[in-house]
Amino acid sequence: MKIVIASGKGGTGKTTVSLNLALALSDVQLFDCDVEEPNCNLFLGFDLEKVEDVVCPVPVINQEKCSICRQCSDFCRYNALAALPGRILFFPSLCHGCGGCTVLCPENAIREVQRPLGVIEKAKGESYPEFYRGLLNIGETMTSAVIKRLKKYIDDRKIAILDAPPGTACPVIASVEGMSYCVLVTESTPFGLHDLRLAVDVVRTIKIPFGVIINRYGLGDSRVEEYCNAEGIPVLLKIPNDRKIAELYSQGIPFVREMPEWREKFLGVSEAIKLQLAVKEELTI
Amino acid sequence: MIQLTVISGKGGTGKTTLTAAFASLAENAVIADCDVDAADMHLILEPGILKKEDYFGLEVSRIDPELCIGCGKCREFCRYGAVNENFEVDPYRCEGCAVCTIVCSEGAVYMGKRVSGQVFYSETRFGPMAHARLGIGEEASGKLVSAVRSNAKKLAEQYHKGLIIIDGPPGTGCSAIAAITGADLVLVIVEPTVSGIHDLKRVLELAAHFMIPTLVCINKYDINKENTRLIEKFCTEAGIPVLGRLPYNDIATKAMLHKQTVIEYADNNDYANENEFANQVRIIWASIEEILADVQDKQDGPEPLKMKNL
Repeated sequence: MKIVIASGKGGTGKTTVSLNLALALSDVQLFDCDVEEPNCNLFLGFDLEKVEDVVCPVPVINQEKCSICRQCSDFCRYNALAALPGRILFFPSLCHGCGGCTVLCPENAIREVQRPLGVIEKAKGESYPEFYRGLLNIGETMTSAVIKRLKKYIDDRKIAILDAPPGTACPVIASVEGMSYCVLVTESTPFGLHDLRLAVDVVRTIKIPFGVIINRYGLGDSRVEEYCNAEGIPVLLKIPNDRKIAELYSQGIPFVREMPEWREKFLGVSEAIKLQLAVKEELTI
Repeated sequence: MIQLTVISGKGGTGKTTLTAAFASLAENAVIADCDVDAADMHLILEPGILKKEDYFGLEVSRIDPELCIGCGKCREFCRYGAVNENFEVDPYRCEGCAVCTIVCSEGAVYMGKRVSGQVFYSETRFGPMAHARLGIGEEASGKLVSAVRSNAKKLAEQYHKGLIIIDGPPGTGCSAIAAITGADLVLVIVEPTVSGIHDLKRVLELAAHFMIPTLVCINKYDINKENTRLIEKFCTEAGIPVLGRLPYNDIATKAMLHKQTVIEYADNNDYANENEFANQVRIIWASIEEILADVQDKQDGPEPLKMKNL
């Protein structure tokens, strides 16, 4: 079972839910897919080791062979190549590594080298939960490439929990795609509801079963619950707007560790997900 | 024209709440909502849309099944795994690079335009606003951020505004980079949590990478005073001004429920706590304005004089 935790709006509690769920279950792998701002390990404190560099193949132009025919710079959709009168200029941070310029070059003047975009790291030795994260280098834009590499470490025999980045754009799709279930974390505020609707559109578009967790329950109004009821979206859990939970978060402590009664509730979430998936399977058969 | 971008690294620290409040205090500004994939500013500012345009992102590849002979070249050369066994293109995976069009010997692959969202030119009670909506799961949110910023510039010229206030996205990736490049000043809203501090350091690195002067404001400072001190110490050592600290206050949510900025909400309700919060925001905005005036003097001395003569 592969569960991805997403949200639309940032700061609603994706990391909180991912961590507490991972700590409540056994035989779990936890993946921090928010590679622009990975926070899970601040709460886990594992020693991390690099398992791989995430790279992007980029062109190197042999200026002696280059006839400045401009085919590569005319072709590049990302404006990573520009033709000057005397040479072709390359802007590495704009390159998506598609390889088109190499294919096109009539002079065979382009070869590719691997440019690092970020790293995949894992908790050293035996950790509980088993933990992996991606980290995008500062100034890089290829967020989805790092997420896609990170997801290769999912072991189908275990429960995988993925902490997704906020928003509804390509990094979210890269995280959610191919997962068995999506938990959308929201808060009951106008911003929370607005961004929840966008996130629901995303998971519906890519056809993944989903449910909602309402965080800071009690804040704002009841519109999120009303929306979920009207849309037939299961509300898996309500986490109250509790100062103690906020303070534990600020210190980097997953609250199931200090408030063990919550372990049961997160176990309940995983049971509810299993049930929802089983019912869905029955319906499709 | 001066551009101020508000970012945070971590989401949910109060960017939009404070940017909306600043918009209500600034007298000569255009507002740009550049958090394009979870845009919320319009929920408070309720813009009246003047003009709407389709936004075309990167093109998407399409394969004509009549012409395709199934040679598999496109599948082989696509580095994004966007072509399936039946030679159909998955639009969510396609990055629009067009490599498939050059390797196809049959001319069966072509690039089609795709509407990736809409951009809006609007008016609000605090002045003009540029904003957008990104289509579900679309690529190129960075490009859309750039489009919103360029629309904001057009509005600033049209309405003779000297300042653009940009509500940025979370993170450090393509949208965040698009929101800060070329800005004159970056304001980072941070909360004193371990995640907040970690993400602050990453965005400060990002702003330094693009050599943009940066300011910090601490929101919800009282949820962890020890962490607040750590942030202040860290920023002081790095030479980054910390403009102020705001307490945790549910005024942000209350104001949001009434579609008001925290300044408006405090003005309409006579609660000491709320008023105190709004005053703190006013003080922070006053110091930002001072810094912005400095930036403008340094950048283009003659321009403010010309404006004064008008």
